[in-house]
Amino acid sequence: MPASPYIEFRDVTKRFGDGPLVLDRVSFSAAPGEFITLIGPSGCGKSTLLRLLAGLSPVTSGTIAAGGRDPAAVATDLAFVFQEPTLLPWLSVAHNIEVPLQLRGVDAATRAASRQRVLELVRLQEKAGAFPRQLSGGQKMRVSIARALALAPRMMLLDEPFGALDEMTREHLNEELLAIHAQQQWTAFFVTHSVAEAVFLSNRIFILAANPGRIHAEVTVPLPGPRTADTRLARDYHELVAHVSRLLRSVDPEAA
Amino acid sequence: MSSKALKVLLPALTGALLLALWYAAHFFLISEERRFLLPPPGAVWHAFIKDAPLLLHAAWNTAQGALLGFGLAVVISFGFALLLSLSPLVRASLYPFLTAVQLTPLPILAPICVIWVGAGLASVAVLTFAIAFFPLVVNTTQGLISVDRNLLELFQLYRASRWQQLFLLRVPAALPYFFTGLRIAATLAPIGAVVADMNAGSSAGDGGGLGFQAVIYSSQLKIPALFATAALTCLLGFIFNAAILTLAWLALHHWHDSYERTDH
Ligand SMILES: Nc1ncnc2c1ncn2[C@@H]1O[C@H](COP(=O)(O)OP(=O)(O)O)[C@@H](O)[C@H]1O
Ligand SMILES: [Mg+2]
Repeated sequence: MPASPYIEFRDVTKRFGDGPLVLDRVSFSAAPGEFITLIGPSGCGKSTLLRLLAGLSPVTSGTIAAGGRDPAAVATDLAFVFQEPTLLPWLSVAHNIEVPLQLRGVDAATRAASRQRVLELVRLQEKAGAFPRQLSGGQKMRVSIARALALAPRMMLLDEPFGALDEMTREHLNEELLAIHAQQQWTAFFVTHSVAEAVFLSNRIFILAANPGRIHAEVTVPLPGPRTADTRLARDYHELVAHVSRLLRSVDPEAA
Repeated sequence: MSSKALKVLLPALTGALLLALWYAAHFFLISEERRFLLPPPGAVWHAFIKDAPLLLHAAWNTAQGALLGFGLAVVISFGFALLLSLSPLVRASLYPFLTAVQLTPLPILAPICVIWVGAGLASVAVLTFAIAFFPLVVNTTQGLISVDRNLLELFQLYRASRWQQLFLLRVPAALPYFFTGLRIAATLAPIGAVVADMNAGSSAGDGGGLGFQAVIYSSQLKIPALFATAALTCLLGFIFNAAILTLAWLALHHWHDSYERTDH
């Protein structure tokens, strides 16, 4: 593992106003290119943790260090994929993908080149001119991912991006996402409710407990890459899924 | 029969039926000495033909007043909506006064307006403005402030400037609301222009509109000509509304659900 972590939480605590503690002394560090998944009962602070990472909300106490870099520089290096596709309905797929670049003042020619590159990555070239309402749920999510990738981010934050999709589409998009990650090696923080998804995607899984939110356990996933549909048939994979499920059940009796 | 043919045929049938009822009422329902109160369609048509140059000219004058007032209302309401969208405090301070303008009946505003800007086109435009302004400003403001929270967060995440947030997000997101306001205003504007013209119109410089003409006809008890004036007013409103609906369709049908095609 490289000497300097890409991002490091030290005793990060979060509460909103004078409400209850949402996150209690969370500490971890992530190396560049790691794929980390957060899983835990709902309301345990997973989304809040991502929002702290993105600088959308301030920490109450503790620090977020960015490997010696200015935290503001981290903010311009990251992309966020929300639970909803959050596309602008009045813009075509192509224009939607260019929005973050446009907001950064990138010129039109460069924007077009980036857009072309990411449309190929998510295999939606022929939908460039379509409007969001003409797309299926899975296609919208792929546009949302393409929009995030267009920034060539060094960190990707994904908050249950596939939660609303059917199982088949979700597995398919998991494979696609991993293939892109293998090429681009951004650091990923991925939130999900699906243990199978967590195991398939991650290098490490953080199992969070609620009230207050904290990291209850951490599981390293040593499955070799490239991971493909066949990975889901492997014995190691199933053992890991069972292991993580047990851990999750110990913090969340309602979890499957 | 295809549903398209039916969509043309049914209104035509209804129209024919109404004309027949109208004739029937005139000849069979009303006693001979009172028939003049409900002139038959033919008489209305003749009255129109007889006064066509006068009536068409009046319609043109009314249309000008309506368009001018409506156009002013669109531009100025947009500026106001931007201001009102800034904060709930701005809205709280200004809404009561905007509502006051809306709640004052046109015939009462009219004489004040005549004193200020003189009778005729200027007054008609100002009064049309007064009636079209409110639905526009309320709807556009609503649109500017009810942008999807997730989209706002997206813009915040990518460090959008205030201007970028306004012109790339809030304004386009407000378009459907703006057009709702525009459609209400387009219904009110021609009616407003005619009422304004009745109260603040002037024939000076050939400037009388349909409202003014209606006042003259009614003083002369020219009932068929009054009916013809009413029909022209209707037509004007219809053209106005059709134009706005077309505009709304052009702007929104790509992406907005209210314009989803239901025929396939
Ligand atoms: N903006 C906010 N203001 C107040 N409380 C919040 C806010 N955002 C989240 N919370 C609270 O923080 C807790 C964690 O929420 P969240 O991070 O969304 O959980 P998760 O994503 O794990 O389901 C919840 O109790 C939620 O009510
Ligand atoms: Mg959440």
